[in-house]
Amino acid sequence: MSNILTSSIGKKILMSLAGLFLIIFLLVHLGINLSLIFTGSRETFNKAAHFMGTNVIIKVMEVVLFGGFLLHMFYGVLLQLQNWLARPKRYRIENYSQTSFFSKFMIHTAVIIGIFLVMHLFDFYLKAKFFGDVPLVIYDGKEYHDLGILVVEKFKLGGYAVFYIICLLIMSFHLLHGFQSAFQSLGLEHKTYTPLIKAIGIIYSVLVTAGFILIPVYVYFWM
Amino acid sequence: MTKLNARIPEGPMAEKWNNYKAGQKLVNPANKRKLDIIVVGTGLAGASAAASLGELGFNVKAFCYQDSPRRAHSIAAQGGINAAKNYPNDGDSVYRLYYDTIKGGDYRSREANVYRLAEVSGNIIDQCVAQGVPFARDYGGLLDNRSFGGAQVSRTFYARGQTGQQLLLGAYSAMMRQVNAGTVKLYPRTEMLDIVLVEGKARGIITRNLVTGNIERHFGHAVVIATGGYGRAFYLSTKAMGSNGSAAWQAYKRGALFANPSFVQIHPTCIPVHGDYQSKLTLMSESLRNDGRIWVPRKKEDAEALRNGRVKPKDIANEDRDYYLERRYPAFGNLVPRDVASRAAKERCDAGYGVGSGLAVYLDFEESIGRLGKKVIEERYGNLFQMYEKIVDENPYETPMMIYPAIHYCMGGLWVDYELMTTIPGLFSIGECNFSDHGANRLGASALMQGLADGYFILPYTIQNYLAAEIMTPRMPVDGREFLETEGQIRERLNRLMQIKGKQSVDRMHRKFGLLLWEMVGMARNSEGLNKAIKEFSSLREEFWTDIRITGGIDEMNPELEKASRVADFIETGELMARDALQREESCGGHFREEFQTPEGEASRNDNDFMFVAAWEYTGTGKEPVLHREPLNYENIKVQTRNYKI
Amino acid sequence: MDFTLKIWRQQNAAAKGRFETHKVAGISPDCSFLEMLDILNQQLIDKFEKPVCFDHDCREGICGACSLYINGRPHGPDSAVTACQLHMRKFKDGDTIVVEPWRARPFPVIKDLVVDRSGFDKIMAAGGYISVNTGGVPDANTIPVPRAHAETAMDAAACIGCGACVAACKNASAMLFVAAKVSQFAMLPQGKVETRERVLKMVAKMDELGFGNCTNTGACEAECPKQISISHIARLNREYLSAKIL
Repeated sequence: MSNILTSSIGKKILMSLAGLFLIIFLLVHLGINLSLIFTGSRETFNKAAHFMGTNVIIKVMEVVLFGGFLLHMFYGVLLQLQNWLARPKRYRIENYSQTSFFSKFMIHTAVIIGIFLVMHLFDFYLKAKFFGDVPLVIYDGKEYHDLGILVVEKFKLGGYAVFYIICLLIMSFHLLHGFQSAFQSLGLEHKTYTPLIKAIGIIYSVLVTAGFILIPVYVYFWM
Repeated sequence: MTKLNARIPEGPMAEKWNNYKAGQKLVNPANKRKLDIIVVGTGLAGASAAASLGELGFNVKAFCYQDSPRRAHSIAAQGGINAAKNYPNDGDSVYRLYYDTIKGGDYRSREANVYRLAEVSGNIIDQCVAQGVPFARDYGGLLDNRSFGGAQVSRTFYARGQTGQQLLLGAYSAMMRQVNAGTVKLYPRTEMLDIVLVEGKARGIITRNLVTGNIERHFGHAVVIATGGYGRAFYLSTKAMGSNGSAAWQAYKRGALFANPSFVQIHPTCIPVHGDYQSKLTLMSESLRNDGRIWVPRKKEDAEALRNGRVKPKDIANEDRDYYLERRYPAFGNLVPRDVASRAAKERCDAGYGVGSGLAVYLDFEESIGRLGKKVIEERYGNLFQMYEKIVDENPYETPMMIYPAIHYCMGGLWVDYELMTTIPGLFSIGECNFSDHGANRLGASALMQGLADGYFILPYTIQNYLAAEIMTPRMPVDGREFLETEGQIRERLNRLMQIKGKQSVDRMHRKFGLLLWEMVGMARNSEGLNKAIKEFSSLREEFWTDIRITGGIDEMNPELEKASRVADFIETGELMARDALQREESCGGHFREEFQTPEGEASRNDNDFMFVAAWEYTGTGKEPVLHREPLNYENIKVQTRNYKI
Repeated sequence: MDFTLKIWRQQNAAAKGRFETHKVAGISPDCSFLEMLDILNQQLIDKFEKPVCFDHDCREGICGACSLYINGRPHGPDSAVTACQLHMRKFKDGDTIVVEPWRARPFPVIKDLVVDRSGFDKIMAAGGYISVNTGGVPDANTIPVPRAHAETAMDAAACIGCGACVAACKNASAMLFVAAKVSQFAMLPQGKVETRERVLKMVAKMDELGFGNCTNTGACEAECPKQISISHIARLNREYLSAKIL
């Protein structure tokens, strides 16, 4: 009999659950980020960041989030290794079926996103949380880390902004396949709703990526 | 003729099978697992038999030459399977199915076997549905039926155009379940090369492992041959490339009688031959004749213009078209039985009215598309039209299909008694491989019925009547004298084949032989041609054994060696077919002797002299076989001339 | 038409294979791909060489024996056909055609272009059936099956077990094959009864044999000669999930 943690389908189910969770997280993240450019000051952004760093529920969620990332990455790598092993001798001419283009490069996009994530964590999250070399700012008599200024300074560097945008585009490729793929892996397929899910997936991937990209562009040119 | 005892049970026809089952001997469960049964072939008959015998608790060994049992050629059957369920309430019954089958077989099949076939036909459908065969259903969720091959009732169950596939996968699934349970052991990519007889009884087989070339010996308390027909003797046929008659032929050479070898079925609706490199003919389901009209031009000059491509079929005015089946057989029209339709096509083409290469007629859907709309035709035949277009590169919605008859099925086969046992004790033959149920012509959708009837519902009973007396026979070691001797003979034969190192490849020689067989023992036969065939095949056999070229080794995968061994048997089979056709001085069903026809060119049967099964006994290669006759008596049916005109 | 063929040759499972180049000339466009290989083999035999081994049987696209990976595509450059139904008119005169065997760990090469697909039989033996014995079944019309369900079951049941899905998949996954069988039975009341056991056993066997994991690329569906939809894979996933959590 088959075990859900080790079977091929079980692993995919866990992968997709984690993936969907990360997709939701991205929305939250985007919302906070956008406050940086839409509220006219860094206050909302910094307060939100503070809230995210101190609230007990969010702290629990933070652990869950890291768990989700690790689960998604762990199973992603495991599945990929097994998949490579399943074809020890490769074809002379690789298959070029008319299928979803991005689906063929999930591991490649994933590795780049992974590297980006590490740098991203280092630049913002770890700095704020452990290294403490973040300037302070006072709102309503309370001290906050001015993470916003950190972001602005980074994005004022053109090279960094470009790198950030490229990474986000790669993330969108990952999402373009990943979003609908998660539903397929969970068996959520229906002849009426699947096209809808696919459409939402595309809209999501494009809008979320565009939203994230908007920030460095805005900062670089108009702030 | 003491050799032939059909052992038909006593009693009225409708009670024979029940009486048989009531009186037969059975094997108790504890003894079943001590008994080994070898089943050769995993088509509908073989797989269903292996599954059913395994379920009963026998120890089954199933052999097939394909890489998986699921590839057996039953899978290619398209149209459907008959059963006397009478779901449509159109007057069908066991008696009517039996009657139609006997009549369709032109009164050359064994009455008791056919009645039993009709009796169990309903059980087959129940069984297949329970196995998950996705038969077509109507909107109420109940099973749908269609009329097939000109039957007056709708008794054909179908699964799109893939009925054979679905039934085979059902039987294959059931067999794989027994593989899992440990009662059936599978031997794929393994070809049976001979039967081992111990004290006159079938006790095992010699096989060749087609991957390693190893010759292996297997023991069984009984051996069941379910290896289909020998139609690929003709080279071009609708059979699979690997289909062969060798298992049955070896059985014949070991003493089993071979019945009615000349009764082969030529299917009227196949895609015509298009080149000399061609390896096989593709069947288009007979169901196409339900809506397609068959025609050739009325004028020879039109036919010639069509052949040269100067005009298109649609340029021929309706009054210049000869709908020859509708003209000759007003009552049945395009739905006449296969043998009649095939001969009529040949007659027109021989007379110079053929289209395409000259050996083709049109099957035209223009009228039915006009009447029913393209959508309906697409629903009914979409996959067939698509298949045709893939092969021929013409769109049959716009231009008529071209068809021509091709070898399709063998009614003849190993002679078996009521218990499906050959004249060798312990050697059984089921499905197309035996001769019993279809007489001289098989009706559409009856082959699937017979294969599954034999495998699911008949053999599992009758074989026990034989095995009940074998429970004291211990499993024999396969290094006994008889096993080693038979293996030695096989090794010698294969080595001899390998050492010829002649000039002609197996395919070339097969193609040459196949053409001769088609010309002389094909759709129309005469004594001159048949006598010539017997001589030519005999010298071709000599030529084969001195001039064949097989490259590669004997101890490796070697398809050339496999084919050579089969073709060697085909040439000998061809000789027997010609002899059988020669002795049968009448025309019946698929056997048409030009000397015996009515002034209108219809088959002329001779019931006084030829109402018998011709069963041939082997006496040695190149020697004349001995003919045994099993007279046929029809107690429950009035023997009539088949008439499809009125 | 003339072609240059680059064909994988391998003496046996243990041997190291290589590509061999052969030329064939004067091929009719109406010739099927396998008939073209027959012509090549005839040339080889004429030169006292070993012909190329390849699996084939019915040559009408239903037995599932053919297993040629032609120019980067299982069954070659036509859709919804097997290699035996592929005609040379689909190529251009003078083309170079690369022919490889199916490549997957559970499909080891036996010789030349012949691979061992017995893994599929093992998956079927693990659970690809409805557990009924011969006889003792109810009348066929006892349980009505909604027509749409029967049709979906038939769509899935059309699988010929050729393995093109595995060959096409970048992960050598057998999910479409397994899904087709699970889905067929899950759509029918007769098969519904033991869906749970079936799906768990078949998936476990598939994994044990070393097929890769499905990443929903859809290559299997694109190359399936019977055009079996990956919606059946979704159904398999669903059945698996409900077998595990319900």
